[in-house]
Amino acid sequence: MSREVEVAVVVNGRRSKRTIDARTLLVHYIREHERLTGTHVGCDTSNCGACTVLLDGKSVKSCTILAVQADGGEVTTIEGLRGPYDGFSAVQEGFRQCHGLQCGYCTPGMVMAATGLIEERNGQLTDHEIREGLEGNLCRCTGYEMIVRSVRWAIDHPAAAE
Amino acid sequence: MSLVGAKVLRKEDPRLLAGTGQFVDDLSPVGCVFASFVMSSEAHARIVSIDVREALAIEGVIAIYTAEDFAEYPDLPGGLPDLERPVLARNIVRFVGEPLAIVVAEDRYLAADAAQAIVVEYETLPVMVTIADASAPGAMPLHTAHGSNVVTVVPMLDDLERQLDKCDMRASLHIVNQRCVAAPIEPVACLADWTPSGLTMWATFQAPHHLRNYLATWLDVPQSRCRIIAPDVGGGFGAKIPWYPELFAAPVLSKLLRRPVKFAQTRSEAMVQMSPGRDQEHDLDIGFDRDGRIKALRVVISQNLGAYPDPTGLGLAVLTSWMAAGAYKIADVQTSFRTVTTNTTPIAAYRGAGRPEAAYSIERMVDMVAYRTGLDPAEVRRRNFIPPSAFPYATHNDPVVYDSADFPAALAECQRLMDYDALRAEQAARLDDPTKPLLGIGLSCWLEIAGFGPNGSLEGFGHLASWESAQVRIQPDGSAIIFAGSSPHGQGHETVFAQIASDELGISFERIEVRMGDTSTVLQGIGTMGSRGVATSGSAVKVASARVLARAKKVAAHLLEASEYDLEVSDDAFNVRGSPGKKVGWSNVAWASFQPLSLPPELQAGSLEERLFHESPNFSYPSGAYGCVVEIDRETGHVSIRDMIIVDDCGTVINPLLAEGQVHGGVAQGIAQALFEGMVYEPTTGQPITSNLLDYLVPSAADLPDYISGRVVTLCPNNPLGAKGIGESGAVGAPASVINAVVDALRGFGVEHIDMPATPEKVWQLMQGGTS
Repeated sequence: MSREVEVAVVVNGRRSKRTIDARTLLVHYIREHERLTGTHVGCDTSNCGACTVLLDGKSVKSCTILAVQADGGEVTTIEGLRGPYDGFSAVQEGFRQCHGLQCGYCTPGMVMAATGLIEERNGQLTDHEIREGLEGNLCRCTGYEMIVRSVRWAIDHPAAAE
Repeated sequence: MSLVGAKVLRKEDPRLLAGTGQFVDDLSPVGCVFASFVMSSEAHARIVSIDVREALAIEGVIAIYTAEDFAEYPDLPGGLPDLERPVLARNIVRFVGEPLAIVVAEDRYLAADAAQAIVVEYETLPVMVTIADASAPGAMPLHTAHGSNVVTVVPMLDDLERQLDKCDMRASLHIVNQRCVAAPIEPVACLADWTPSGLTMWATFQAPHHLRNYLATWLDVPQSRCRIIAPDVGGGFGAKIPWYPELFAAPVLSKLLRRPVKFAQTRSEAMVQMSPGRDQEHDLDIGFDRDGRIKALRVVISQNLGAYPDPTGLGLAVLTSWMAAGAYKIADVQTSFRTVTTNTTPIAAYRGAGRPEAAYSIERMVDMVAYRTGLDPAEVRRRNFIPPSAFPYATHNDPVVYDSADFPAALAECQRLMDYDALRAEQAARLDDPTKPLLGIGLSCWLEIAGFGPNGSLEGFGHLASWESAQVRIQPDGSAIIFAGSSPHGQGHETVFAQIASDELGISFERIEVRMGDTSTVLQGIGTMGSRGVATSGSAVKVASARVLARAKKVAAHLLEASEYDLEVSDDAFNVRGSPGKKVGWSNVAWASFQPLSLPPELQAGSLEERLFHESPNFSYPSGAYGCVVEIDRETGHVSIRDMIIVDDCGTVINPLLAEGQVHGGVAQGIAQALFEGMVYEPTTGQPITSNLLDYLVPSAADLPDYISGRVVTLCPNNPLGAKGIGESGAVGAPASVINAVVDALRGFGVEHIDMPATPEKVWQLMQGGTS
């Protein structure tokens, strides 16, 4: 029942070309073929956002698209983020500074969604807009206020643009 | 500078933020195969046949197993006689989602294909999803050998009718505390690797030693050949302690197939297989005088157990009974409970486990007293509080002696932060202003039992004991490794235990590592539940560190030719008091501690290591006062939280940042129970209606408010840290504050109660004069 297809994507700046089962979701391509396990899976209805990555700079839930749909695209996962804070980006560092994570399972998706959101709005976000913007990412540990503070920290630090 | 009490950033964060955390499903050893359950699509039925032929024919499908393949293994541990749960349903399925077969395939896609291709023929049986249906006369027992769906009954000694009747007034209420799922974002997963040298299993579990103890017995292998590892665990909230079938099946399959075997739930599977919590109904009667003083309280509890009684599920109503009177001095309190099996997923612990139910009911009843007497709810609370001078306070139940609290101070702080009087004035002003939403103000002066615990407290839930362990090991360079028995799933144990150890040892925070969650390296452990991590394991870390330091001082004194009593330790060095510059570094002391020629005669090489099992003489009793301000849309009934004020008393705070995080998360789950969540079944078929995150409303950032935090501190006298625990506080305290606020807003409609979740539809119905 499965059909093999060839997929070529750039993952965190590295070219990747594989022959895979056509129905492979992008998240499983990332986790099981690329062995980048920072991207997580928390649901099967596109509600939780734990699988969020950047595809051509925009945040997407990698469980809602097939790997073949990303063919020719550029994927950035949590492992691909870089920045001036001991290697961390401002968003990653904001989560560390403001206790924006507890168990850490939703965190990579949350960080990628926040990264995409800040980029998309050029950092012009009220707290309310941060909450609305992260509506597609569920966290069961923090109650969200510290996540909002974390994103605010990233916006307030000039290196956020890097 | 003391690190206990400081906002220290977490040791856990760099690896989790880099995407290098290690969760069970991230592991994929060579040769690993994937296993999936075939789940029952019926809530109650006889299995007529299971046809696996088409599934087996799929390329990449390795094997399929049913109940008869586990015939030589016992049922899952911890069950009651005649009510045990089999690994795979045998002849009868008792809830939708119950595993009845396992498919093993080369990957998860093929396993899902195979599970789909299996054809199961059922002969349906009567379905009972509610306590009322399952305990009705003539109801068909789920477990024929037991003969009834009622599993345990604990009656009351006195029905209190006489005492209730003597009061000026009395009120009663039927409260449904609905079934909620824990929904950690990481579902259950396990990976078993059975090799000739023994079993290693990685599992999403809150108590790895507990699992090892039972699994080894169940498999009939020595515990020394059974290693359980709980790596990074993505939340648990109580739902990662029960004995799930895959934890037992995976090792068996790995042994049979000679390959590593992984199970990893999808969310849809988790919604029907992970144990939910709550699901109690209370019949409450309260007697009080016109001045609001409460004289008598009767609490009749019914617990829905789901299809198979879980050891924790059976104990929830005990905890509810214990905490039934909350923060109040009530002369006569009587409780009773019964537990009932139904055709639903088995119930177990969910954040608070029995205490949120108690706190919710007593806080609703106190508001009833306020409404019936016309007194302010804050005033009624003040008139009935156990005064701060009354601790330790013996309650209506012998094992429960409240340790310490200051309820009036917590309430006063909460009212100050809310600006309570101004809110009441605003509420009165807008009562007749239809252009503004309704305003409601709710209070919850809650109290819970935590810090499990004293000897005997966890044994009843099937645990080996109730102590918690720590082992402090100094490395030859003066850095330290702490092994702790309490294995975390997001709480930040690595950070707080290192803070505690750093203060005691004088070794800098960065030079202390904390290891947990591996039965082969951590000597023994119980687990992380019941808000016990800091009070038990943290106390063990503190005392063990102090003992290591005492011996290290002997070594340092020997090296310095000084008296050990003149030494003080800080910043990784031992200094002679009053002799500036006379000092020796921890690294030198540690190095010497492994060299017999450098040691004083009373010490041997390797003496700078200590293992300790901390036993607590009593539980701890975290408490607090929460205030909630809601606005209700007059057109739609939509409730929005304008302010949420949370004043906690958890005793000593180790790390204010992490304590705040724990409360926020708990309050979020409490608000979620009050307004959004509830596991709902179709009553005649037992089909779950809220079976994924589309239909079951776990709130997002857009649904929840900011929190205003305050603090009151009364120390816990029962552990050396003075800490009470904080993990469950928010989930215990928040629901009543939200519902009290909603009911307060609806007073003009004659509303005295609304069952959770207070959805717009329910609120709207009440505003139209309907019933909840």
